[in-house]
Amino acid sequence: MIRNALLRMVVARLALGLLSLLLVSLAVFAITSLLPGDTAQEQLGQAATPEAVAALRLQLGLDQPGWLRYLHWLGGLVSGDAGRSLVNGQPVAALIGARLPNSLLLAAATAVVSVPLALAIGISAAMWRGTAYDRGVSMLTLSIVSVPEFLVATAAVLVFAVHLRWLSALSYVSSIDSIGQFIRVFAMPVLSLCCVIVAQMVRMTRAALIDQLRAPYVEMAVLKGAGPIRVVWSHALPNAVGPIANAVALSLSYLLGGVIIVETIFNYPGIAKLMVDGVSTRDMPLVQACAMIFCAAYLFLVLAADLCAILSNPRLRHR
Amino acid sequence: MGDDQKFLKLVGPAEAARLQTALRQGATRRDLMRLLGAAGMGAALAGSVAGAAGTAYAQTPRRGGRIRVAGTSTSTADTLDPAKQSMSTDYARCNMFYNGLTSLDGSLTPQPALAESWTTTDGKSWSFKLRSGVTFHDGKTLDAEDVVYSLARHKDPATASRARSLAMPMVEIKAAGPLEVQITLDAANADLPVVLGTFHFLIVKAGTTDFATAIGTGPYMCKEFTPGVRSIATRNPNYWKQGRPYLDEIEFVGIPDEQARVNALLSGDIQLTAGINPRSVRRITGTPGFSVFETKSGYYTDLVMRVDQAPASNPDFALAMKYMLDRQQMLTAVLRGHGVIANDQPIDPSNRFYFAGLPQRPYDLDKAKFHFRKSGIGNSALPLVCSPAAEHSVEMAMLIQESGKQAGMNIDVKRVPADGYWSNHWFKHPLGFGAINPRPSADILFTLFFKSDAAWNESGWKNEKFDQLLLAARTETDEAKRRQMYADMQVLVHEQSGIGVPLFFNLLDGHSSKLKGLGAIPLGGLMGYSFAENVWLEA
Repeated sequence: MIRNALLRMVVARLALGLLSLLLVSLAVFAITSLLPGDTAQEQLGQAATPEAVAALRLQLGLDQPGWLRYLHWLGGLVSGDAGRSLVNGQPVAALIGARLPNSLLLAAATAVVSVPLALAIGISAAMWRGTAYDRGVSMLTLSIVSVPEFLVATAAVLVFAVHLRWLSALSYVSSIDSIGQFIRVFAMPVLSLCCVIVAQMVRMTRAALIDQLRAPYVEMAVLKGAGPIRVVWSHALPNAVGPIANAVALSLSYLLGGVIIVETIFNYPGIAKLMVDGVSTRDMPLVQACAMIFCAAYLFLVLAADLCAILSNPRLRHR
Repeated sequence: MGDDQKFLKLVGPAEAARLQTALRQGATRRDLMRLLGAAGMGAALAGSVAGAAGTAYAQTPRRGGRIRVAGTSTSTADTLDPAKQSMSTDYARCNMFYNGLTSLDGSLTPQPALAESWTTTDGKSWSFKLRSGVTFHDGKTLDAEDVVYSLARHKDPATASRARSLAMPMVEIKAAGPLEVQITLDAANADLPVVLGTFHFLIVKAGTTDFATAIGTGPYMCKEFTPGVRSIATRNPNYWKQGRPYLDEIEFVGIPDEQARVNALLSGDIQLTAGINPRSVRRITGTPGFSVFETKSGYYTDLVMRVDQAPASNPDFALAMKYMLDRQQMLTAVLRGHGVIANDQPIDPSNRFYFAGLPQRPYDLDKAKFHFRKSGIGNSALPLVCSPAAEHSVEMAMLIQESGKQAGMNIDVKRVPADGYWSNHWFKHPLGFGAINPRPSADILFTLFFKSDAAWNESGWKNEKFDQLLLAARTETDEAKRRQMYADMQVLVHEQSGIGVPLFFNLLDGHSSKLKGLGAIPLGGLMGYSFAENVWLEA
């Protein structure tokens, strides 16, 4: 019964997801073509004489009308070929294949640190709401979330890399062969990213949990003599998992496409920078492929959060 | 008295800098005597200078070591194809792996590289004799076919070469033997060896179409290349220059953000980087163990006034604007002294054809007011387009706006984003800015940017006399006559064109003080991008 309902939901979501991807690809293509200049002009830069531009356009197939290029790209994608970069002629799949694992690694490292930390802080703040601890947490998270990440990252570099020389100012994923080195490379990017997303997750967790703790059934449980840990853990928390999972999913989706500043400051070869490169060189196949990945990751995370909410919520589960 | 002071006192600062550069690159006592002789110094004095300099600077380069170098940009457009190079980082990368027929030295004079010697009788048909026994990284021996292929591919539109316009005059390129190449031009050009020393004409193996890796004859071999990430170069054990290169390995990355570059340098993550902002100089030199290397260059950001459109179609207006350039203020405030004052013409003082006799145009508000009033333009707003894409143009525009207020001119500064600037804004507005990279010769610079029919004739300035002089100077073999022609051209541009050149910028590289061997080649930073085979690490 429940399995059928879930299955139906997943299938419906996947179908909707495909439609979203199609719409996003159309929107990205349209917006990219609105940008001033095309690949040929951007690539030749100051050297873009009319004849050089015409020759390069011909070579890249940019002389074809836009809709034809879009259909061509779409056809390729359906048959599993993401096309070739207009700028360096390499297959887009290879370019992304080289960068995506880096981005996933950074996202995973950040998630492993930030999610437990945020949940612990959020839950404890909700349990001791109104106390000095709770007010301190609120103030701290608010101030951290209002500091832009480039400031955190730059300050961290100045302190830990330039002055103390404990950590490396640049991150290179390909040269890691020990745990110590992993920490040396990832400490600062992860720290900067945690500053952005932990605060949001803490506030959402606290709010969702407090909402439940105010509900009549919690009062009932307390009256029946359940201790504070049991009240939170077995009664309130399962009902708060839905909103919390969604908050976590939203924060994590930021870790793929939204980390451009951190990637730039630490010279980390991730996928966000790849997409920005693609936009600045008007490399349509690359931009499209990155957009598809970001969109798919976002849809996947939201779907996972919803599944999580359904499976953990007794009322939704037993319907 | 320290050796440095002794040295300075003997030859003066300018000469001292040149000689120190030569010494750092391992010049011998005999080289030095020759250099000083060329500078017109008597043999006895030259001897004592060489002695003083020798003790202070001559160090034996050390072999071995690995460095990490950061350029100023990185993207998926990074390339190993000499024809497609577009960023300074491409030049630096390709110079590790390839050689040209010639290479340009500190005075931009062509020196033998893969070509051992060259001859011409009329400047039109040329013969280049190749060095024998040079091998590519895969073991193949360099021959004339490789050179013919490397040069001819620029003419094919499908190559999309950025140097196509420079290659088109080579009407015939053919092998005259295994080690001899003949090039016939459509018209005489005394500067062909200079053209062939520029980066786009680096020599690749005949038939190469895939540039995923680089098979060249250069000092390093390509171990890894990932566009937008990094390249790793390892020493070429069979390099044809005896004893070079010195380093075992160079990792080359790009860090677009200047602050991040400086941080990476000071934290010891990189040992050499280019494109240092004048504002960061004190921070680097103030940290023990780090230095800044300064290259005087022909790099300039210019005020572009379209003389075929109002308001600059009125010569009095253009002149008023030129008098309003507060060059000293720009030098102090914008470049913090790391530049040279220019004189509204594009040839910089390090060029052998620089005309020193041209009187410097002063900052003169009275004259500006006079000419502006005479132009009758009045108080209407005059939009001046600037962008971070043209380096320091935003600050310069602000200063011009301030001077304009005092001269009664209503200048409206319009700042546009760097993205798309070169295709959509550069010389498309009546008043704007351009930024011109150093070029290897006066002829190339004038041909690209000032000839009446030049594609990048920024100010739309057309002058028949200038065009005639330019063509005559290109074929003139008499050095004195040629110098006079270039002087006349500089005067014409200074007086009549719609281009205001306020300053030439010095190029600043930051490096670990342990890195030795850097010299100045005014083509660009990082030793005109050819640092790789010249630098070495002190133990």
